[in-house]
Amino acid sequence: MFEYAPAPESRSLVDLAPSYGLFIDGSFDPPSADGGVFKTVNPASEEVLAEVASAGPQDVDRAVAAARRAFGPWSALPGAERAKYLFRIARIIQERSRELAVLESLDNGKPIRESRDVDLPLVAAHFFYYAGWADKLRYAGFGPDPRPLGVAAQVIPWNFPLLMLAWKIAPALACGNTVVLKPAETTPLSALFFADICRQAELPPGVVNILTGAGDTGRLLVEHPGVDKVAFTGSTEVGRQIARAVAGTRKRVGLELGGKAANIVFDDAPIDQAVEGIVNGIFFNQGHVCCAGSRLLVQESVYDEVLAALKRRMATLRVGDPLDKNTDIGAINSAAQLERIRALSEVGDAEGAQRWSPACELPEHGYWFAPTIFTGVTQAHRIAREEIFGPVLSILTFRTPAEAIEKANNTPYGLSAGVWTEKGSRILAVADKLRAGVVWANTFNKFDPTSPFGGYKESGYGREGGRHGLEAYLA
Amino acid sequence: MGGAFPRSESGRTYLVDGDNVALASRKDARDAVLAARAAQPKWAGATAYNRGQILYRAAEMLEGRRAEFTALGVPAAEVDAAVDRLVWYAGWSDKIAQVVGAANPVAGPYFNLSAPEPTGVVGVVAPASLLGLVSVVAPAIVTGNTVVVLAPGPQVAITLAEVLATSDLPGGVVNVLTGHPAETAPWLASHDDVNALVLTGVTDPALATDLERAAADTLKRVVRPPATAPDFTGDPGIEAMTALLETKTVWHPKGF
Repeated sequence: MFEYAPAPESRSLVDLAPSYGLFIDGSFDPPSADGGVFKTVNPASEEVLAEVASAGPQDVDRAVAAARRAFGPWSALPGAERAKYLFRIARIIQERSRELAVLESLDNGKPIRESRDVDLPLVAAHFFYYAGWADKLRYAGFGPDPRPLGVAAQVIPWNFPLLMLAWKIAPALACGNTVVLKPAETTPLSALFFADICRQAELPPGVVNILTGAGDTGRLLVEHPGVDKVAFTGSTEVGRQIARAVAGTRKRVGLELGGKAANIVFDDAPIDQAVEGIVNGIFFNQGHVCCAGSRLLVQESVYDEVLAALKRRMATLRVGDPLDKNTDIGAINSAAQLERIRALSEVGDAEGAQRWSPACELPEHGYWFAPTIFTGVTQAHRIAREEIFGPVLSILTFRTPAEAIEKANNTPYGLSAGVWTEKGSRILAVADKLRAGVVWANTFNKFDPTSPFGGYKESGYGREGGRHGLEAYLA
Repeated sequence: MGGAFPRSESGRTYLVDGDNVALASRKDARDAVLAARAAQPKWAGATAYNRGQILYRAAEMLEGRRAEFTALGVPAAEVDAAVDRLVWYAGWSDKIAQVVGAANPVAGPYFNLSAPEPTGVVGVVAPASLLGLVSVVAPAIVTGNTVVVLAPGPQVAITLAEVLATSDLPGGVVNVLTGHPAETAPWLASHDDVNALVLTGVTDPALATDLERAAADTLKRVVRPPATAPDFTGDPGIEAMTALLETKTVWHPKGF
């Protein structure tokens, strides 16, 4: 192995202000007296990036009222006109994608390789895809005269700040809804830059409103009587709270929650490709992926071979500066998340699973966790049942396809799954029997705006993406 | 329940128009869920053609028992409408996947299909009328779900259960509990092994809210009661089916 020279992307591409207000009705305002401010930090260095407003009850009221006022004219626009705004936003995202990628890596800790090559192209593609639907809604299969719902309250997580924003805002706007979006408190910056893009695109004021804040702001927004639709991506526990909160109301709800995906490797799988898929499945985005392949099921006859190849491959992963273009694994998003990953990994040790990580030096400052695998894991282990949301893989074995399917489905979650085998008939049969919303066969963690994404069981309800994604925003 | 007509395990009955009818208990609800779960994989795994044939057969059997239903006070026109409703849903069994499924044109060398699949076991609080009952049960089962139905109009529901039991419908696909839905529905709402809850027949908004809240613990799919009294005589649409379907998207690389 030769050493790579550092290849840092320039952070001077991003012009950060010392503080940011709330984006309500087309302008950036300071929070009201019942709001506050908080700081957002670079998880790779713990350096404070900016101060951000925390929206209080009055701010939520104001944002919902602004979205309500904007709803009438926005929904009355011909679809083709709404489409043009969305095309313009998509184009500006493409033009500013380098700036946005750096910003996302700074605030989130994800490697620039992923924010630049995965997140940003998908963000632009989502706006382009849904822009195209805006004037074709009556052909989408939801009746001849589909209507928007009204004001959508959208709460998104910190793992893909800008991509989740695109998943939420693009279909909502295409269908004629207006939105109030709350980004996660640890990654608010790209949503605020998106607000600036809305202004650049001359989107009418109030169509998109961005409220920064923590869980309390999100709760106020979701429970606000003035919203018609709640869209949430995040933890299953918060999803349950939201489902309880909207009980008895007429609010429509979409929930995109946790997962504990099985990635099944059969003995006839191409081992090198499978190992790439395993690595991509669990170490992509530091494992901060709801559909991460966090439970590896390997057929016993190839277990030794797969494990050796996986360890070999993991030793080549480069952990470190997210802005370095050679980095594979960046920083854990927050101190709190790092603590959760550590705590659950210690439970894995305590319950008798064997932990292994490649030798790797972790930076002194910031939040870091080495890529980790646990062997000797059984279905009863907590690390095989609970979502860790970090670069931690549990490895189990199986003997027969029936056993693999039973183990794969033995979870309250049902978001995603992976299958690795060269036998086509086996892929189809196994994919049929897996209770999961997305099944990747001989690949993993692939996304596309045309493809519905969402879970079975406790992974939430509704689909995002594709024609199916429109349904969430149409009456 | 499970294709049979047992008494309530509680031994309880209640009087309806001179007949003693089984009064379902919590244990009955749990047993019905077991029966529905046991039947679900095989029913979902049957071909769509086969499921459609069985629903057509049920429509025929219902038509053959018209006199029994009219004797229970169901208007003849409603029996006819219920027959038509079964025929409508029977025909959807092998078409719904084509209407709501998709081959997705992804930007990359991948083969990528989205197809609907049943949600699993569905708890149904049915409206009291025959047409209402058929309108909530048929869309749930035609797509491969199995159901536990709480039916407030017991004699009509039991007679419909007899129709279904003689229609080649496998035991356990439709399980009908008579009694007070307000007493048994909470057990279905909180049950870990029930995947969805249909509240179309719930007329008490406070009960509906409680049930929806209980369903949140397991993130069940909930079909809320209609905002206004439902009119089952209109075009049923496909929402009653799609609300109880999941979409599975399968990816595979393409290449030589």
